[in-house]
Amino acid sequence: MQQAIERNVSYQPVIGLEVHVELATQSKMFCGCRNVFGAPPNTLVCPVCLGMPGTLPVINRRAVEFLCKTGMALGCDVAPFSKFDRKNYFYPDMPKNYQISQYDMPLTTGGSVRLASGKRIALNRIHLEEDTGKNIHAGTSMAASEYTLIDYNRAGVPLMEIVSEPHIATPEEAEQYLSALKSVLSYIGVSDVKMHEGSLRCDANISVRPAGTSTLGVKAEVKNMNSFRSVVRALRFEIERQTEALTSGERIIQETRNWDDARGVTYSTRSKEQAHDYRYFPDPDLVPLTLDDATLAQWREELPELPLDKRDRFIAEYGVSEYEAGILTEDRSAAEFFEAVARACGDGKQAANWMLGDVRRSLEKHSLTLATSPVRPAQLAELIRIVAAGQISGKAAKEVCDAVVAEGTDPQAVVAQRGLSQISDTEAVGAMVDDALAANPESVASYKGGKAKALEFLVGQVMKSSRGKANIDIVRELLRERLG
Amino acid sequence: MADVPMDINQVSLLARLPLTEEEAQRFAGQFSRLFEFIADLQRLDVSAVHATAQVIPLHNAFREDEIRPSLDREVALENAPDSEGGYFKTPRILD
Repeated sequence: MQQAIERNVSYQPVIGLEVHVELATQSKMFCGCRNVFGAPPNTLVCPVCLGMPGTLPVINRRAVEFLCKTGMALGCDVAPFSKFDRKNYFYPDMPKNYQISQYDMPLTTGGSVRLASGKRIALNRIHLEEDTGKNIHAGTSMAASEYTLIDYNRAGVPLMEIVSEPHIATPEEAEQYLSALKSVLSYIGVSDVKMHEGSLRCDANISVRPAGTSTLGVKAEVKNMNSFRSVVRALRFEIERQTEALTSGERIIQETRNWDDARGVTYSTRSKEQAHDYRYFPDPDLVPLTLDDATLAQWREELPELPLDKRDRFIAEYGVSEYEAGILTEDRSAAEFFEAVARACGDGKQAANWMLGDVRRSLEKHSLTLATSPVRPAQLAELIRIVAAGQISGKAAKEVCDAVVAEGTDPQAVVAQRGLSQISDTEAVGAMVDDALAANPESVASYKGGKAKALEFLVGQVMKSSRGKANIDIVRELLRERLG
Repeated sequence: MADVPMDINQVSLLARLPLTEEEAQRFAGQFSRLFEFIADLQRLDVSAVHATAQVIPLHNAFREDEIRPSLDREVALENAPDSEGGYFKTPRILD
């Protein structure tokens, strides 16, 4: 009986994310080596980031600025006093045998990430540290490899760790959190947030507990998820694994588990307990940070409008839907492009339609992006204006749009070159209508006999004789008038 | 020997410094004296002193975000016990 009741317990997940973000500085965190992805191995290293004895680290001011700006954008409290600590461990990815990080006095605390849904996920802290080198294990797996190759180009790259509270309720919400965070980081320009290049990495802490209870269950820390998609899959897997274990009376142990994307499972890394004793202590090579109000005020001043604020403003200012505004503001430069078009043509709704419709299709067709296409906002605004003025047909407009996007030619020039001007002059169209009526007496008779369809045949005849250039609305209007 | 609030064997394991039984005994004795010094310090009234991690009267020692030349790779790898294809080479890492 007891068993049966337990089986009916439903479990709910409790999820917290730790996101590591490589900052887009020119140089590394504590030395002047270039900070760039993809250079030949060990070409961006120096005595400092190789941990040579006698070298001294010096803090990159820009990295501190980037972290503080991130904190300000997320409503965190920037600490008036902060310091760096040494996290001690032996692993060849860190040649000093310690990583410079922040332990008990992170640069920011509190704050939250606002999701597209409106929900806010509270943050615990954001701290600054240095990235580690990259290990390449020869052979098919770490266990099977005979040796390990190490590239220290990444060692010492400024790394920001954003730790959420365990307030994420579902795998889908975790994805929304990552997507919102990525968007903010990219807007403020502190990172290129490329998950596939490792400049944005995510670990998850997840436990489950009986629905309605408030005590936290035993958590697993899941690592090695390389895309938003794998985060969602790994979390779903863990919920199922932990729920099954608890349902069948097993005990969950606190452990680190790696996500295997190919097999779609997490597996225990069986790391030893004592390995987690990092013996943090303040780094004696680095003096503390005390950021003055004037500097913080200036950084705050430099923050751009944030994606969800922009989204809300687009809805209010340009009358676009929440969905459209969401897509338009995903990328900051695309949002700014849209806004320039909307302002120049004076019709936000039309600007949105074009940007999300034909412009998008043309970009895809020519394998371009807004950044790589030669199109300028003024050209799209001009296109929207001449369509509204009836100078070209909707069909011709698509052709013009494609040429503008692919070649950056002015719309008027495309219209002139290709003879796409629409005939909207009532007299000229009237003459064509009269010709069509005279040439097709049977259609005229059948329309008058009640066959409404005959009108469309006549419209077609006029469009054909004008080679598509007659303004179709005027053609239809004049035919109705004449047949009245 | 005074009561040492630390496990000498755990410390030696974490520091990757294997100790003989005799060394473990000796260091445990030395550590316990260190703890006595600290116990002495704890008798001082420091209620008016701010906690600090540094005794140097400095803060905000920054460098500007400027690129400086890195080492030539040959030089970087010169002291490595082993290297291969521009990488440092280590024995297999056991998890």
